[in-house]
Amino acid sequence: MVESRGTGLWLTHAGLIVGVLIIFFPIWLAFVASTVTQTEITQPPMPLWPGDRFFENYRDALVSGVNAPVARMLANSLVMAMGIALGKIVISLLSAFAIVYFRFPGRRLFFWLIFLTLMLPVEVRIVPTYEVVAGFGMLNSYSGLIFPLIASATATFLFRQFFLTVPDELAEAARVDGARPMRFFWDILLPMSRTNIAALFVILFIYGWNQYLWPLLITTDPSMNTIVMGIKQMFPSGDDIADWPVIMATSILAMLPPIIVVISMQNLFIRGLVDSEK
Amino acid sequence: MEKRVIFKGWLLPLLLLMPQVIITAVFFFYPAGQAIWQSLFIPDPFGLKSQFVGLGNFEFLLGDPYYRASFVTTAIFSGLVTIFSMGIALYLALLADRLIKGAGTYRTLLIWPYAVAPAVAGVLWLFMFNTRVGVVSWYLGLLGYDWNHVLNQTEAMGLVVAASSWGRISYNFLFFLAGLQAIPRSVIEAAAIDGARFWTRFRTIVWPLLSPTTFFLLVVNVVYAFFETFGVIHTITGGGPQQATTILVYKVYSDGFVGQDLGSSAAQSVILLLVVGLLTVIQFKFIERRVHY
Repeated sequence: MVESRGTGLWLTHAGLIVGVLIIFFPIWLAFVASTVTQTEITQPPMPLWPGDRFFENYRDALVSGVNAPVARMLANSLVMAMGIALGKIVISLLSAFAIVYFRFPGRRLFFWLIFLTLMLPVEVRIVPTYEVVAGFGMLNSYSGLIFPLIASATATFLFRQFFLTVPDELAEAARVDGARPMRFFWDILLPMSRTNIAALFVILFIYGWNQYLWPLLITTDPSMNTIVMGIKQMFPSGDDIADWPVIMATSILAMLPPIIVVISMQNLFIRGLVDSEK
Repeated sequence: MEKRVIFKGWLLPLLLLMPQVIITAVFFFYPAGQAIWQSLFIPDPFGLKSQFVGLGNFEFLLGDPYYRASFVTTAIFSGLVTIFSMGIALYLALLADRLIKGAGTYRTLLIWPYAVAPAVAGVLWLFMFNTRVGVVSWYLGLLGYDWNHVLNQTEAMGLVVAASSWGRISYNFLFFLAGLQAIPRSVIEAAAIDGARFWTRFRTIVWPLLSPTTFFLLVVNVVYAFFETFGVIHTITGGGPQQATTILVYKVYSDGFVGQDLGSSAAQSVILLLVVGLLTVIQFKFIERRVHY
């Protein structure tokens, strides 16, 4: 390796460590704020080392919160993220299987219709989508949170690409052995797609968990708030001082699940990220 | 590419497609069509009737100084976010790439902010710079600088840019590091033996070979700054002060849901739709080129 001995090596490490520390700092500060009293925060500067109110603050947040118990919001986020990830994977697997392994009237048309949805994020069509969801009476419901966000083709496209690389011999053999299409799907295609499914799951889970605008629009009932959008609702309107320890404890709780997913499934995560962008 | 071996039948594949087709039709095509349709009308104040105005909403928008200002704001915002998040990520990736051992550890340490939602990142930065309790703003005050992003437009913009870039560094770092590690060592070592210093090697070898990654990230980051930073803006500034941080997506929301100006909001959606389309075309052109690279 070029130039990575002696002082140069130490400088490289020093530069990286400084970078890591700067990136860590906002989260460290939030963690510290979640372990001290409100008074310590409102009389700046706040301490930079954790206090002893960890359990009290997190218990307050989880049990009572500000508008709704944070435990409830965590559960809502979990349902939403899992619903989006699993729902999208299931419908995409089925339709990619249909598009790749069958010839039927309208196949091209369906393919292009699905492909078109790649282009339009939900942020762009919020008002009419809101009207549709309201029309179905799905405001403040899990289905209202989930369905509009799985109406996109990224996953279908990904599985299509993957199915195309599956050797034809497998389908041929299955057919010769008299396996019906769904049996081939269950016994061969699905087990082969395991890694892709897992990688996509990681990405979709984080995507679903981190949604902000959509839950903000359709959950007016605090007990249906997701945690990521609920944090902002905890700030008082007007001049009252926010309950910072509880808000910061909630922020930490809001980022914990996706961070755990990313770190514990790092390789799948990187794979999913690279796959879904190509 | 097409499969050679296929299964027979047409009923089964149609049934398999149904869930996706129904969901896409109801929650995607119908609303998107509605957006285009509504953009041609102005509803009366009571929402009872709509008057057809053709392209009137668009004409009004393009002549509206607030909308044009929002375009400029979006351009500045996404430009700054892209430059900062990519610049810092490239710097860190170049450092990590120099290590034989330990690059993986730094990757683990640097990737997880990706998991932090933009809205949560907004709250964290708001807390640091809060005018009353923020630590950073307090220390800035000690230095004699009076930080107030609630009133100062430049500071508000700086804060949303910082918060948006912060969450994006890990993503860019990941792709830059992968791009750097794909450059053959032998080329760089040959140049080093010929006496090329780090900066020369970077300029003549690394940067050109990295350009596909850089270009890809450029497009992806602009898309991110356009559409996924709503949470940051909404939590930190709410588009203010004096609309200084009202990016286009935020304006669709504030005109449509807060201002209830549905015709204008729909027309803005259609304009954004064109922007997304354009960015997608650029991205696909680029991917095609990369395939033949």
